[in-house]
Amino acid sequence: MAVLTYRDALNQALREEMQRDDRVFLMGEEVAEYNGAYKVSRGLLDEFGARRVVDTPIAELGFAGIGVGAAMVGLRPVIEMMTWNFALLAIDQIVNSAAKMRYMSGGQVGVPIVFRGPGGAALQLAAQHSQAFESWYAHIPGLKVVAPATPADAKGLLKSAIRDDDPVVFIEGEMLYNLKGEVPDGGEHLVPIGRAEVKRAGGEVTLVCHSKTVAVALKAAEELAAQGVDAEVLDLRSIRPLDEAALLASVAKTHRCVVVEEGWAFAGVGAQVVDTIQREIFDELDAPVLRVTQADVPMPYNKHLEKAAKADVPKTVAAARKVLYLE
Amino acid sequence: MATKVVMEALSPTMEEGRLIEWKKQEGETVAAGDVLAEVETDKAVMELVARAGGVLRKQLVPAGATVPVATTVAVIAGKDEDIAALLGNGSAAPGAGAAKPAQGAAGAETAAAAETAGAAETVATAETAAAAGKAHPAPVVAAAPAAPATPADGGRVKASPLARRIAAERGVDLAGIAGSGPGGRVVQRDVERAPVAAAPAAGAAPRPARALPDEGYADEPLTQIRKTIAKRLVQSIGPVPTFYLTAEVDMERAWDAREALKALGPEGKVSFNDIILKAVATALRQHPACNAWWQDDHIRYWRDVHVGVAVAVEDGLITPVVRHADRKTLREISAEVRDMAGRARERRLRPEEYTGATFSISNLGMYDISHFTAIINPPEAGILAVGGIIEKPVAADGQVTIRRRMQVTMSCDHRVIDGATGAEFLRTLKTLLENPLALVW
Repeated sequence: MAVLTYRDALNQALREEMQRDDRVFLMGEEVAEYNGAYKVSRGLLDEFGARRVVDTPIAELGFAGIGVGAAMVGLRPVIEMMTWNFALLAIDQIVNSAAKMRYMSGGQVGVPIVFRGPGGAALQLAAQHSQAFESWYAHIPGLKVVAPATPADAKGLLKSAIRDDDPVVFIEGEMLYNLKGEVPDGGEHLVPIGRAEVKRAGGEVTLVCHSKTVAVALKAAEELAAQGVDAEVLDLRSIRPLDEAALLASVAKTHRCVVVEEGWAFAGVGAQVVDTIQREIFDELDAPVLRVTQADVPMPYNKHLEKAAKADVPKTVAAARKVLYLE
Repeated sequence: MATKVVMEALSPTMEEGRLIEWKKQEGETVAAGDVLAEVETDKAVMELVARAGGVLRKQLVPAGATVPVATTVAVIAGKDEDIAALLGNGSAAPGAGAAKPAQGAAGAETAAAAETAGAAETVATAETAAAAGKAHPAPVVAAAPAAPATPADGGRVKASPLARRIAAERGVDLAGIAGSGPGGRVVQRDVERAPVAAAPAAGAAPRPARALPDEGYADEPLTQIRKTIAKRLVQSIGPVPTFYLTAEVDMERAWDAREALKALGPEGKVSFNDIILKAVATALRQHPACNAWWQDDHIRYWRDVHVGVAVAVEDGLITPVVRHADRKTLREISAEVRDMAGRARERRLRPEEYTGATFSISNLGMYDISHFTAIINPPEAGILAVGGIIEKPVAADGQVTIRRRMQVTMSCDHRVIDGATGAEFLRTLKTLLENPLALVW
């Protein structure tokens, strides 16, 4: 297996899918001449030309709409949002056009499109540029939402997203682009949408996470192991569809659960996870499911306040100990 | 740290105990684990051991007295420690003033409470509070008295869903368990530490599962056909729909084998019952369908074979259990049965030695009984009644010869074992006994 960065794994996925299918094209701000704001599209303009790697003006609603239209007539656009914060301007096209077209056309017109870009907080980008939007899009019937945490999952899920016949919201992480990891060689590394993965097996408490909080949960599991607690780390990978079977199997085994996510708590991803658990396996629970989320405030710019507002390892460890009645 | 010594539930069904003899006197220094007294339970004479070290400051119950489970019987404390709070204050000895449970069924609660009290109820004084932490290395086991799950006002018991499920499966009454979670919530670990409740004396209520820590079994959900069979049979014949299978076994070779072993010297002496037990265990290994418990909504097929042997005692009978009998040699089985039967007659069996059988044997051969039926001990699904070995004329190869023959009758719970299933088991058993070399094969 090759060791790649998350960035290069995404680049491979784009390149392979563009080689595989002439209908696939990439469009967004700075994706062509500048090789992408985060260099995810490096080299693609040279290889595929301006017809398939298209720079746009700073006009998210416009190029999102062009993408939806292209998808409706048979192309397979990948629309890069420089960050998901900017996609707020395009949300009408994503939610009202892309997500609903198949339903409102009576199944006649699908929208095979991928909207992708980094989400969540990085470092000191302040309140308007530090937001996790998974739960916003996961709320919408008609959208699939994935948020990979590793280079292998990034590549495999992006390839699956591009091949999917319906719109997929693909949320990356600015802080993840330099993350290195093993990626299976060969062109057919696909990770199915809707499948969670146990990133660390354990028996006493399940730490549910996705995207950047997978690293948080893994570190927390290490600290818990040093304290004699055997934690399992379940990476959702896909937020919608949610892999309920994997989630329930893990919690039915451990009887205790903590959900760790970047976003705010209210109506967040964890709220759906908790709902699923209590509804399906109430009798397996030995403690209420706890959640570790961003504090219920706009993300502070101040470095110390930002750190305090984020879901982190100490908060995760404390929550795990609480559901184990160790506090 | 002063510690109360309470009358503990020393058997699953114990409601009260008679303190036969104090083994430690007031003023004597005791260590945790020392035997403080001998207690007669409903089943055996057991030892009451100190849960903490110190000086036995006060005996609160004279030798010969019978007191309910959970009654404080003594106080262990430092030599000069003030124990007035434990002696004078009624609330410090919850069991002492408590009336004997009005009904037998309430015994389970009392027993559960007593176990918890005996294990964890301690009173820390200021100067020894620090030491308390050391005495309990697992931080989970708080030394502080746990809040009882039942509020004083008789409100609902707070328990986690998992704790409720486990309690229901084990037949443990949550009300008797002190919860260690927030607000006294009973959580998994509290239920798992609680003793399993006793079965109701003879009521129609289903017998609770005898849960063992061992997971050497597989639970199979009931199929529709098994559900229907169970329902119809129970309507027809009673709570345990039993049928009987009898087979006659030629014991000539078993007789010879026993004689040959006997010739090896005193060590080689085994009883026919030992040989039968070994053969039953071996046959059960081959017929797991007969090595099972009826559990009302499922059938528990045991991977391990634990054979109970009915032993007559002075005023009844008790069934010591040879665990993993299929994996033991005849010599091991023989020694174990001899030891346990002896102690059973002295009423000195520990509870774990007479519970948990997956199948039982009752042998009345020594009383010249040629044939009888035995009553199933639920939740086991079968019991084998063994008659005497009798010389009788038998037709073989067209000739009438005199052979040593033995009749065995298997009682089968039809909800678990069907006729053909039981018959196949008996055929294997007969083959093994008629070819005893197969037992070591």
